[in-house]
Amino acid sequence: MTDDRRPRTLAPPERRIAEVVEARRLGAYDLIVARDAIGPANPRPGQFYMLAAGERWGADGDGRPYLPRAFSFARVRPLPGGQGADLSFLLEDVGPGTRRLGELAAGDPLALLGPLGHGFAPPPEGRRPLLVGGGIGAAPVLCWDDELRAEGVEATVLLGFRGAGHAAAADLFVGAPEVCTDDGSVGRRALVTEPLRAELEADPAATVYACGPEPMLEAVRALCAELDVPAELALEAGMACGYGACFGCVVPTVDGYARVCVDGPVFPADRLVAHA
Amino acid sequence: MPDLCGVQLRGPILNASGTFDAIAARRAFGDALLDAFPFDCFVSKTITVAPRQGNPPPRLWETASGMLNSIGLPNKGLDGFLAHDLPELARLPVPLCVSVMGFDSGELARLVAAVGARPEVALIELNLSCPNVETGVLVGADPDATAAAVERVRAEAELPLIAKLSPNAADPAAVARAAEGAGADGVSLINTIRGMALHPTTREPWLGARSGGLSGAAVRPVALEQVAAVAAAVEVPVVGMGGVASGRDAADLLAVGAAVVAVGTESFRDPAAGRRISAELAAIRSARPAAERGRVG
Ligand SMILES: Cc1cc2nc3c(=O)[nH]c(=O)nc-3n(C[C@H](O)[C@H](O)[C@H](O)COP(=O)(O)OP(=O)(O)OC[C@H]3O[C@@H](n4cnc5c(N)ncnc54)[C@H](O)[C@@H]3O)c2cc1C
Ligand SMILES: Cc1cc2nc3c(=O)[nH]c(=O)nc-3n(C[C@H](O)[C@H](O)[C@H](O)COP(=O)(O)O)c2cc1C
Ligand code: FES
Repeated sequence: MTDDRRPRTLAPPERRIAEVVEARRLGAYDLIVARDAIGPANPRPGQFYMLAAGERWGADGDGRPYLPRAFSFARVRPLPGGQGADLSFLLEDVGPGTRRLGELAAGDPLALLGPLGHGFAPPPEGRRPLLVGGGIGAAPVLCWDDELRAEGVEATVLLGFRGAGHAAAADLFVGAPEVCTDDGSVGRRALVTEPLRAELEADPAATVYACGPEPMLEAVRALCAELDVPAELALEAGMACGYGACFGCVVPTVDGYARVCVDGPVFPADRLVAHA
Repeated sequence: MPDLCGVQLRGPILNASGTFDAIAARRAFGDALLDAFPFDCFVSKTITVAPRQGNPPPRLWETASGMLNSIGLPNKGLDGFLAHDLPELARLPVPLCVSVMGFDSGELARLVAAVGARPEVALIELNLSCPNVETGVLVGADPDATAAAVERVRAEAELPLIAKLSPNAADPAAVARAAEGAGADGVSLINTIRGMALHPTTREPWLGARSGGLSGAAVRPVALEQVAAVAAAVEVPVVGMGGVASGRDAADLLAVGAAVVAVGTESFRDPAAGRRISAELAAIRSARPAAERGRVG
């Protein structure tokens, strides 16, 4: 499945070293900002980078992490001069790779490849963008919201989190996203698909952009199919390479298996096959 | 300039089959990929007669300094490859080797004949050793079956044939001798080593195909031993691979008798790994007196 109309900024064809210029805890997440002096200044929201610590990658005592890990950029600030950018990444510690990256401090080297994959396609004329992020899926939603704002579009942003620690990610947004939490500690106690349904029933002339855990994406897909609203979903999959080399990251689509890294990670929802 | 079975290469670094999709990489990196192409010869992913979807996900599991895969040879099939992929691969700045796998000797003969008739192709690699697909017997594990397969296809093409051996054989050197005796112009090894991983909580097999093949740094000593044993047993050139991540690893394989070296899993960590390894290897070689340099093939 190739749709080269979807936005893609080309990556330099090699892994390079960026410098971490900021690293801090953000509630339950880690936020790192890397100065990528060599890469493009304009990665497309939804595109991702393969990251590895520049030093001691594989030092957790069990020979992992060995491969680099995929991360959406969460924010981009072009460097003066038109080349390079400060890239923000929002990390959730789920294993040895994310843990090691979360330990990075300002001044540390970060190995990176990207931007990779396709980003979100702009909404068609007459459809308002409706952005939905679940948990760490807020990362690509943030840079997409930033970009739409820069173009003068104020998108509706709906975010769902487990609780207050994770909801700290909502503070990164420029506007005032609507926040739901599972425990009601911040915002509404609801699943994010509840306000999404209300929004779409009130005004279905929208395009939905969503990133989050699989059950959330499946709920968004089913809801948008029911209400006949187009949606673009940013998926995750275990990856080895991130640039189409290994065929390891496939998901089922109406056209057969597609590689998330090169055919996605953003897919039109109507191309995806519902998971059992 | 190294010579591989009569094909002149600008350097000694190939990619391992199935670990670099030059067409997808060109989409991600644009023409910059071609300006600094990481390999001196490009080896295609293994193709089969019929198109294949490949195995159900998950297909990857990271191990200590390595990885398991159960990709399952997804490909467009022979006709799809010739129509869509070959014209694009022919634009690469290096000679092209096409990897083929037949589920019986008739299929293999058809693949070799069809691919061998194309002027864009310089070499053919016979994948006799993929552990992921239910071939019944693993041809590459058995000297007699290997000899029969190579003999059957030898006359189908004039191009050099490289037999890719299975590391899951009791005696890879015996299989290599059988391939050479049947007319193979070269041998390559190692393919992935069979392995398995369980889901951390359910204790069910993690991989969609239940088991898979191990590659990366973890297999390096196995590769070195098998390449040494095979190189000592045959006269034809040996393509050495398995866990190569640095110029030193490449130099080690050359020192035990490989003619050229292929880089696989390391390219997943960096698409330019082949170029870095070439440069490191050149530095190692120029730092040593000429008399000490290994065979270059
Ligand atoms: C396009 C894309 C964008 C992403 N963006 C972000 C982002 O912005 N922020 C973020 O935090 N994360 C993001 N992720 C997810 C991130 O890549 C993973 O969380 C990360 O790779 C996990 O690595 P780890 O070593 O920490 O954990 P791992 O140990 O690799 O575990 C992660 C999961 O993989 C499985 N697993 C466990 N052991 C293994 C093993 N040995 N081999 C294979 N799988 C195993 C389990 O299901 C486990 O829950 C993104 C992923 C993709 C594909
Ligand atoms: C994801 C993946 C896919 C592979 N696909 C093929 C293939 O299609 N044909 C083949 O002959 N070998 C295939 N191999 C094996 C490699 O070509 C190589 O023999 C092996 O990985 C050892 O080298 P390495 O440790 O450098 O990766 C594959 C390996 C990996 C990791
Ligand atoms: S991660 Fe290797 S093909 Fe997608």
